[in-house]
Amino acid sequence: MKKFDTSVKKVDNEEKMAGLAIFTCDIRMDDAYFAVQVRSEKAHAKLKGIYVPKLPKDYYFISAKDIVKENVVNIIASDWPVFADKKVNYIGEAMGLIVGPDKGMCLYLASLCKGEYEELEPVFEMKNSYVHKEFTKGDVSKFKNAKKVFTEEFTTGYQEQVYLEPQAMLMYMENNQIVVKASMQCPFYIHKAIVRTLGCKESDVRVIQPAVGGAFGGKEHYPSLMAAQLATAIVKVKKPIKMFFDRKEDITYTTKRHPSKTKISAYMDAKNNIIGVKIHVGIDGGAYIGCSMVVLSRALIAATDVYTFENVDISGDAYCTNKVPSAAFRGFGSPQSIFAFELFINHLADYLKVDRMQLRMKYLVKQGDVTSTSGLFRDPIVLKELADKAMEMSDYKHKVKLYAKDKSFRGIGLSMFLHGCGFTGSGESDLIKAQLRIKKDKNGIVTFYTSQVDFGQGNRTTLKRIVSDTLEIPEDQVIYDAPDTNETLSTGPTAASRTIIIVGGLAAKAAAHLKQIWKDGEEQEIIEPYVGPSYIKWDEAKMQGDAYPGYAWGVNVVEVSVDPITYEVKIEGCWSTYDVGHAIDERILMGQADGGLAQALGWAYLEKEVAENGMFKQKTLADYSIPTTMDLPNMETELIDNPFKYGAFGAKGAGELTFVGGAPAFALALEQAIGRKVHDIPATPEYIMELLNHEN
Amino acid sequence: MKISFVINNQKVSLDVDPTMRLLDVIRNELHLTGTKEGCGEGECGACTVLMNEEPINSCLCPVINAANKNIMTIEGFRETSEYRVIADAFADRGGSQCGFCTPGMILVTYSLLKKNPHPTEEEIRFALSGNLCRCTGYQAIVDAVKVAAVKGIKL
Repeated sequence: MKKFDTSVKKVDNEEKMAGLAIFTCDIRMDDAYFAVQVRSEKAHAKLKGIYVPKLPKDYYFISAKDIVKENVVNIIASDWPVFADKKVNYIGEAMGLIVGPDKGMCLYLASLCKGEYEELEPVFEMKNSYVHKEFTKGDVSKFKNAKKVFTEEFTTGYQEQVYLEPQAMLMYMENNQIVVKASMQCPFYIHKAIVRTLGCKESDVRVIQPAVGGAFGGKEHYPSLMAAQLATAIVKVKKPIKMFFDRKEDITYTTKRHPSKTKISAYMDAKNNIIGVKIHVGIDGGAYIGCSMVVLSRALIAATDVYTFENVDISGDAYCTNKVPSAAFRGFGSPQSIFAFELFINHLADYLKVDRMQLRMKYLVKQGDVTSTSGLFRDPIVLKELADKAMEMSDYKHKVKLYAKDKSFRGIGLSMFLHGCGFTGSGESDLIKAQLRIKKDKNGIVTFYTSQVDFGQGNRTTLKRIVSDTLEIPEDQVIYDAPDTNETLSTGPTAASRTIIIVGGLAAKAAAHLKQIWKDGEEQEIIEPYVGPSYIKWDEAKMQGDAYPGYAWGVNVVEVSVDPITYEVKIEGCWSTYDVGHAIDERILMGQADGGLAQALGWAYLEKEVAENGMFKQKTLADYSIPTTMDLPNMETELIDNPFKYGAFGAKGAGELTFVGGAPAFALALEQAIGRKVHDIPATPEYIMELLNHEN
Repeated sequence: MKISFVINNQKVSLDVDPTMRLLDVIRNELHLTGTKEGCGEGECGACTVLMNEEPINSCLCPVINAANKNIMTIEGFRETSEYRVIADAFADRGGSQCGFCTPGMILVTYSLLKKNPHPTEEEIRFALSGNLCRCTGYQAIVDAVKVAAVKGIKL
């Protein structure tokens, strides 16, 4: 077992282990009413009206008719209504709320409500694009000189976040403010959603973060919808209101990872040199765009993974389907396109009859290379070292030869990948404009405020440490509480692996600034604005320039065995190496490494979520199974230090990186074990049986 | 219906619907919120409590089944020396991230180590297999159980 010399005690350890941490569902408010969504049973229909039974005293029906200002949830695209009005676009879309004092009665009344529909033809396949993006690099007209073209298609499925704490929100009035406590990732997203739908002042709304039981992207946008609905209700009902989802509602009706379909072609000259690659990524966005255009951006920017080609043609579409909207989930589009490209380049090597690793190494990105969006990889890249180390840890070179020859139904796979940290392009400077408030009292006690949520990643501990280490004062002289929008300025959402690289960097800067002007015995306060590296130039419309302020890198090796009778896969070993810049707290980093990989492996072979006629077939944790202790082996992880000059203490992002490489490493291992090419995940036993029933 | 049982070493007598879930009685009647509801169907283990020292899913247990039994939740267990050993081991290995599964994990760890003070890795993984965690990939939790076993819980 590793010794965590660089680690400090996590600030929330004791409260969480002792059961003292107060999650939203633990907040006692005995006079609160309950809210239950009244949901559409049709995937696509005109909504002529809604039948509502005669309601008992103190029970309310809230719908689009009660909207105060704007029937829009403030998510990037602003196309998702708070309540369906005149039309429903997916099964489960909220047409209204039943609100009242008894939850059981609310559920019963909601079950009696019925939409009056005029059905329209639903669309479930990826064919109607609502967002299209494309860009090229180099001269793609050279593709026509190709002597050989190799093309393949890959698909990935839905994935449900399965944060252990389901969606939960409590809203009440206090001191003339609407107060929200909820399981959330982004307090200011919720804040803005309420201000927008009610048309009220910013100071009318206060969002406070309680303990949050996991999020993984799933609590980035959906809580904004819940908040807009409850805000509409509270104006009418004037009582505290709780809306807690049970697991079935959460799996069936909240946002998930986008399913994807990726088509890749490589163009070769007579000497088998790759002239360039053409890639199209399609993602299933569901009924509303929400944040799908940004997910698509990330998928496209990452589409050539860790390889550099002179000429690149990349395009993609987010498709509108009559299903639950897809939204944020750890990796945000890049796991889908990187899964496809990692498999593709290996298959391409087989097609060209060259060694897989040799081909990959030939095109491996180097410092100074031009990115697919014609930006620059400016910082030192230690990917080769990461790969060497991972191969050594796993005995990869020996095993990959051994399993290629024998018929042991064992295989080993290696993936290489990157993750751009922070918001795309100049989004940090232009859109988020984080501001961090830090103050000191007469006794030298320092308090600072961010809008970052610790939903398990450990950032409460790490951010606090960044400030105390910078100021060179003991940690107990620093106060850093969970966000409360009455106190904190927005330092942006807890998303995009930006917390440590961006907010951590900002916290270090603010603390250094305070140290500079420190005067004993005086009260002092600083508001530190985020200033991005000046070299970052990004044209969103053309998708050209430097897409991210920095990149984190990784290598995963996965070894599997397959039962030749049941086709069940057993993961025999996992070895990982990462460059996250400098890891501030190794124990916290290992938590991200193990957890991200576990979740990625679940996506690769266990977690199957399929919609039939717009309704998800897997609705509970009994039929949507995530990895248990029995599904995973010991995981070994090593880091290579490669400090990033703009991150706090050299740190880059790590939260999403650890998700990106698991699926392709798994799929490559599976390919070797069964002697068939894999193009689709999740690779369930049924899928493996299909592959084995057909010739390669 | 009047139902009596011992919870966290205290006798309680409640007038409740006997089919009410033990989980709801613990959380809503006794206001002990360390026991969590993650799925409501016995899949996730976040609602684990000990009944006569055996871990059970309190979401699947009607309160009548608890009559005259000895129930221990994290609120009671956290007062013991065994808790300290296990909690320190979890802290040492980073076994708690979001914390929603943690009370359940800790109670199951105690139950395992009480019966089997020196479990193998396989025995640890088997014992914890009814408790889901989405944050850690289980590595840190399995390691924490090993650390606690080496230290030994004082019984």
